[in-house]
Amino acid sequence: MNRKAFQKIYTKLEGITKATVSLKAKGVSNDELATVDGRLAQVVKTKGDMVTLQIFGGTEGIPTDAEVVFLGSAPTLKVGEGLAGRFFNAYGEPIDGGPEIEGEEREIGGPSVNPYKRRQPSQLIPTGIAGIDLNNTIVSGQKIPFFADPDQPYNNVMAQVALRADVDKIILGGMGLSNDDYLYFRHEFERAGALDKIISFVNTTEQPPVERLLIPDMALTAAEYFAVDKNEKVLVLLTDMTLYADALSIVSNRMDQIPSKDSMPGSLYSDLAKIYEKAVQLPDGGSITIIAVTTLNDGDITHAIPDNTGYITEGQLYLRADPDSGKVIIDPFRSLSRLKQLVIGKQTREDHNQVMNTGVRLYADAQNAKTKLENGFDLSDYDLRCLDFAKEYATRLLAIDVNISIDEMLDTAWELFGKYFTKAETGIKQALIDKYWKV
Amino acid sequence: MKSTGKVTGIVSNLVTVETEGPVSQNELCFVTSGDTKLMAEVIKVTGNTASIQVFESTRGLKNGNAVEFEGRMLEATLGPGLLSSCYDGLQNDLTTMTGVFLKKGEYTSPLDHSKMWDFTPIAKPGDKVIAADWLGEVQEGWLPHKIMVPFSFEGEYTVKSVVPAGQYNIDTTVAVLTDENGEDVNVTMTQKWPVKVAIKGYREKPRPGRIMETGVRVIDTLDPIAEGGTGFIPGPFGCGKTVLQHAIAKQGDAQVIVMAACGERANEVVEIFTEFPELIDPHTGRHLMERTTIICNTSNMPVAAREASVYTAMTICEYYRAMGLKVLLLADSTSRWAQALREMSNRMEELPGADAFPVDLSAIISSFYARAGMVVLNNGQTGSVTFIGTVSPAGGNLKEPVTESTKKAARCFYALEQNRADKKRYPAVNPIDSYSKYLEYPEIQEYLSEKVASGWVGMVEKAKNIIRRGKEANEQINILGDDGVPMSYHELFWKSELIDFIILQQDAFDPVDSLTPMDRQKYMLELVLDICDREFSFEDYEKCRDTFKELINVLKQMNYSEFMSDNFKKYRGQLDTMLKSLAAETEAA
Repeated sequence: MNRKAFQKIYTKLEGITKATVSLKAKGVSNDELATVDGRLAQVVKTKGDMVTLQIFGGTEGIPTDAEVVFLGSAPTLKVGEGLAGRFFNAYGEPIDGGPEIEGEEREIGGPSVNPYKRRQPSQLIPTGIAGIDLNNTIVSGQKIPFFADPDQPYNNVMAQVALRADVDKIILGGMGLSNDDYLYFRHEFERAGALDKIISFVNTTEQPPVERLLIPDMALTAAEYFAVDKNEKVLVLLTDMTLYADALSIVSNRMDQIPSKDSMPGSLYSDLAKIYEKAVQLPDGGSITIIAVTTLNDGDITHAIPDNTGYITEGQLYLRADPDSGKVIIDPFRSLSRLKQLVIGKQTREDHNQVMNTGVRLYADAQNAKTKLENGFDLSDYDLRCLDFAKEYATRLLAIDVNISIDEMLDTAWELFGKYFTKAETGIKQALIDKYWKV
Repeated sequence: MKSTGKVTGIVSNLVTVETEGPVSQNELCFVTSGDTKLMAEVIKVTGNTASIQVFESTRGLKNGNAVEFEGRMLEATLGPGLLSSCYDGLQNDLTTMTGVFLKKGEYTSPLDHSKMWDFTPIAKPGDKVIAADWLGEVQEGWLPHKIMVPFSFEGEYTVKSVVPAGQYNIDTTVAVLTDENGEDVNVTMTQKWPVKVAIKGYREKPRPGRIMETGVRVIDTLDPIAEGGTGFIPGPFGCGKTVLQHAIAKQGDAQVIVMAACGERANEVVEIFTEFPELIDPHTGRHLMERTTIICNTSNMPVAAREASVYTAMTICEYYRAMGLKVLLLADSTSRWAQALREMSNRMEELPGADAFPVDLSAIISSFYARAGMVVLNNGQTGSVTFIGTVSPAGGNLKEPVTESTKKAARCFYALEQNRADKKRYPAVNPIDSYSKYLEYPEIQEYLSEKVASGWVGMVEKAKNIIRRGKEANEQINILGDDGVPMSYHELFWKSELIDFIILQQDAFDPVDSLTPMDRQKYMLELVLDICDREFSFEDYEKCRDTFKELINVLKQMNYSEFMSDNFKKYRGQLDTMLKSLAAETEAA
């Protein structure tokens, strides 16, 4: 952060909390950046001459005579083609040892796209994972999170999805990543030889939590540069949004705001929506797709963070360990892609919709059979066949380690239908049975 | 002289202003920020300090910046051209904005000032008129759009002159009125009205006495909404709130539909933009967009304007109601509006109520719902605003402040249920928890007896009763096992499943099934109840299950076929044959 000439330097803080400091200053604008004792801070409140600053790096060790310099603008990111292949911290500064980025300086967290100028998302994004492509197809311009317990391999799944997706740029926003996970992403991207289309903004657990608040806006400002200015297809990965929301609650708590449900700030919905709604299909072909991770506390989706997320995003993908197949699967019941109908059967084979529904229905029958078994009732022949089907269906289609084309997914499903059921039991339209049934 | 002020404090979009001169509560003002002016509204005054909520991002705003007060409240601009428009919460026309991004401080005109309208006079010189009386009309799409004496006019006026039939733009003086003091006032085709004030200008507001068809069976048959009534749809995410609202918007038997997308996903609004211009209104055969106005303030648009959006939408509805039209307002979702109130109340450091919502939440919601209703206009004709809002309860828990406050205000309750949605039983309206208070109105009961079938409400109650008993039977079966209960339990359960599959469930994406007119709903309910009345004697529960599955399959095919078409009659024939042989079996047993 360069200092400009004639900047007034303040040296008397009136108050310090864990995340904020306040001082008397004049001519300060809302959202403006400042440095306090060399640490980056942002104006969050002014009242008369009194200005409250949120210190991203935390206030540990800040003295009351700390030097405060106002920088005159909201946080910015320099955008340009040079972003590609680089790693940055939450302030947009390179952390890979490379040079500073040359380019236009843009304020992050900019305005929204006029809803009237948006286009309906329509391009399928294949991932090779049948739990997604077959049952919960993702479309460009969509926003969808993984809901997962902390012990599930959500970062690995996300890295795989990113590397297989047919997009021009992948932007990783890592919030509270463990150093190991950060290195994992870095290693995976390098191994895939895809570094040149990946841009990463990373805040690790070693860094102050409040810094995380900048990550999504940094990542999405870069995304908007490529999608709007360059008409590219951009995929943004945000992990972990639960840690982002935690940082929000820390700041609002320090500012004495009254918490609402689950000690989250009352503005949580709007704060999350501002990020997720950056997902867009633009009129000139560019798009921003957001895949995020929201970690759950023991599968509890009524907690304010997943609950508000569910109302904002276009579906959700649940990761679950399946004891019968021993695999981590994408739960077909609770997962949903709201936009899948826009591409299913249109950009995929005609039998997609029926195969998807039939597979899920038969899997549900298997769950019923399981309940019957657990309650000590006798199983019918149909129940037993359902159970066998479910195991193979989970292993060959729902598991996250599957990597096949959508046509192969459909063929696999037909193979399983034919192996375990009669044509009538599947209830599929006759014309499709005639064409695709495998004996 | 306008009052002025200077910014003295900023917390997000709450700004405090040191004022010079008088200001009023809810007065509109503009805050200078760099080279733009941001619209804001006064929400609290203490001494010389006014708290204002800014309808835009306050980034870059500084203490000391100038504020100009406008001397008026936030107003909607009313006139021909509102239909098929797409506005933001402050009624800026989104279609005429330049650039892909919304620019701060860009305000566009809600109505086209250059468009010429075919005006036909209604009033004659010498007529005595009061506010909301009709002076003339223009053709807006296929609707006669009345040009009225502005709602803000007090007392009686005499018409001095009205322009002859011809083409005029909205700014042309179309009539000159003389007030009681002999002063002349010019009237154009457009007027303004403060959105937070209900438009009166009608003679009386009677109790609703007719139902408004939506073509959705679970609403029309089980819990109908009255024309001029209020209803709400709460449901956790993924239960099909938006699909149900869109279905009502597409099929609702109203002449004007206003959709307020309040704090929801932008892509859902895009869906309306993309689909509605293609769709045909089943009642008139005209394009749906011609009768629809969209107010959209999606979740990423400024929070304060979210609150304004529902009021702007309601004001437009009341305007069309004053023309004697049937208007339907759909707001998705009122929870987001309540959350906007919460954010502001929080920044104002007010003492919070439950879940940190403002304590007057319940009063705000009920006075908003009270603006809906059927009215008798000054000329004896009727108009109505029917209002259906969705609620997004946190964690899907209906015991939260917004749902509870809305429950007190709305007369119909359509509870969307996670469990039904998980089983793909759409629309996922729970038939037992949901209700329509209108079924208790004697005038509605009479109306239904006359228009649908005599004793209709009794039949509906009977169907609900079967559903309730079927649910109990099912619980017993689950506890005691298929063999552990008497046969009658299975029969009861399957009769309730029959009603569930044939009456309650409806395919919103099927061209035939999605829209069921009332005569067809009557036909199907009578048919289903007739089957439920029959006594069967099944050997075992499997036979019972299989038989009902077959019956359901045939009846479902009927739902998918054009009413009374050859196909429909073919399935009816199959059904009759099945029922006959079942009756013979029972007889034999």
